[in-house]
Amino acid sequence: MIGDIFFSLSMRSVRLHFLRSLLAALGIVIGVVAISSMGILGTNMTLSVTASLSENANELSVSPVSGSSGGGFSPPGISSTTSSDDNEYIDRDQVRDIERVASKDTVIPIYSESRETITIGDEETKSTIYGLEPEDVVASIDITDGSYLKGTSGAIVGSELQDQYDLHIGSRIKIGDPDEGTQHVVRVVGFAAEKGMSMALNPDNAIIVDAKLFVDWYGGENEYDQVLVIVSDINTVNTVGNEIEEQLNRKEEKVRVRDSSSMLQNITSTLSTLTSFVTAIGAISLLVAATSIFNVMMMSVTERIKEIGILRSIGTKKREVLRMFLYEATILGLVGSLIGGVMSLIGGYIVCLIMLSNTSYFWMPASLMNIVNGVVVGIFICIFSGLYPAWRASNLNPIEALRSD
Amino acid sequence: MENLPVIRLDHVTKIYPLAGGNVVALDNVSLTIMPGEFIAIMGPSGSGKSTLLNQIGSLDIPTSGELCIDGINIRHLTDNELTDLRRDKIGYIFQNFNLIPLLTAYENVEYPFLLRYHEHDDTGYINRLLSSVGIDRDLAVHKPSELSGGQQQRVAIARALVNNPPILLCDEPTGNLDSKTGLQIMEMLRSLNQQGRTIIMVTHDPATAAYAHKKVIITDGRIGS
Repeated sequence: MIGDIFFSLSMRSVRLHFLRSLLAALGIVIGVVAISSMGILGTNMTLSVTASLSENANELSVSPVSGSSGGGFSPPGISSTTSSDDNEYIDRDQVRDIERVASKDTVIPIYSESRETITIGDEETKSTIYGLEPEDVVASIDITDGSYLKGTSGAIVGSELQDQYDLHIGSRIKIGDPDEGTQHVVRVVGFAAEKGMSMALNPDNAIIVDAKLFVDWYGGENEYDQVLVIVSDINTVNTVGNEIEEQLNRKEEKVRVRDSSSMLQNITSTLSTLTSFVTAIGAISLLVAATSIFNVMMMSVTERIKEIGILRSIGTKKREVLRMFLYEATILGLVGSLIGGVMSLIGGYIVCLIMLSNTSYFWMPASLMNIVNGVVVGIFICIFSGLYPAWRASNLNPIEALRSD
Repeated sequence: MENLPVIRLDHVTKIYPLAGGNVVALDNVSLTIMPGEFIAIMGPSGSGKSTLLNQIGSLDIPTSGELCIDGINIRHLTDNELTDLRRDKIGYIFQNFNLIPLLTAYENVEYPFLLRYHEHDDTGYINRLLSSVGIDRDLAVHKPSELSGGQQQRVAIARALVNNPPILLCDEPTGNLDSKTGLQIMEMLRSLNQQGRTIIMVTHDPATAAYAHKKVIITDGRIGS
């Protein structure tokens, strides 16, 4: 094979300038690690959100249309429910209509108040307060510890609050801002199990009380902030959703029905924008690496002008010289990118561990594909950076090249 | 065959266009070299010796006139065809040897063979060639930088011979060697000439030129007597 001799010349040239080549390859290593890790992070974020949402894929959320401020999705836990302005609610009749349409399914009207000040011990924090009928709590929430609501002064607390404030059964929580009047005291009777992201009911960072108690505090009886529909047959989620919209929005647009897929779409598109942005930053390091490969290749060409002249004069064709230098760039790219690929495996894992504290999706093909992509991009960039130097080398005038020293 | 010239220059002119005006390096040069001849090209520096050698060596093509190498008119060849011509018809021997530093002596000799045949030699031909110029197997594994000047020039001669070209071009072949080694190299060239190879040699050393059958003196781009 004639390829051998050119490849072996390139190989020897790389080895002759080992440190220089290593440093250039190091740039590619860093670039590949940067884009691969960021890609892995993005994919893992999307995968975990998808998985967490699909746990609740059988849920529909019916919310009142809030005048002009439609459209935007706010991440749950911050202000997931439309604020309980007086004119935006779902009334008793509408709930009945929903129940009629979704006769086979569980319909849970929800009162909610987001970002309420609560006081646990001496610490103040914000939390969402849900008001639900006790039987609805049983239908929509699992309990890890304690019991469901009984009597009217008990509260069920989400797992995040539990962990954060070290709550236990019997702990007292004051609800309401002490500066703005009354505070209500509730006792923790149970803890809600962790629930994936949901459209309507996110108990993880919330307090759930009896609906009567909620109305006592905030008023607005029968003016629900949201209705959660738990569909019994997951295949009918869309049908039920459409029927509810048809039924309630017959005259004018009064409610909006959302299922987890629309939320998923929103989140994934946000995440992918975010991921592309972060990956673009990573790509800058790859661009820097490309510059250093270019630089090293130009140096290699300049140093070897005489040698190129010899090669040309004893019968080496232009395209063979071109190939020799492209091999050199490819060797740098291969070595750098493959090392980068291995390091991405480690780097991506660490990033997922730190940023997501969840590595369960790391080994999925979609996640590992990012490394393959990173390696391919790395190799491609090296070859691309080597194109001009190689072209220059092959187009040197043999006489002038021979004359140089 | 014997009476066809191996090299024929017919009114060859080479002009280098430079910013300060055209430089005429070769001015209407005509020269015929028959197979088996040993020619020394002599002349002061800047006279056009190197330009003439570059034309004959197919590294460059004349601005006008005809130049035939082994019956092939090089003025109408592409770069690839010129490269093949250099590989197959011409053996170069340079003043400073010009071996490829990354390759061993053996690999340097094998290189043009690989370019031509696209496969390694497994008949021992390269080794026989090397030992015929006085480089044994132990020396052949060394890089050029580990060889003496005389040894490097021997390797360069083996490299020039590997594709069995009819023409050997020598550019001051003894210029970088001491007189004793230079003498050995010249003896080697003489015996190659006696085996029938055409040798064209550029030199300014009269003792070296004495090995040639014929001297061509070149001044200001023209051939004198």
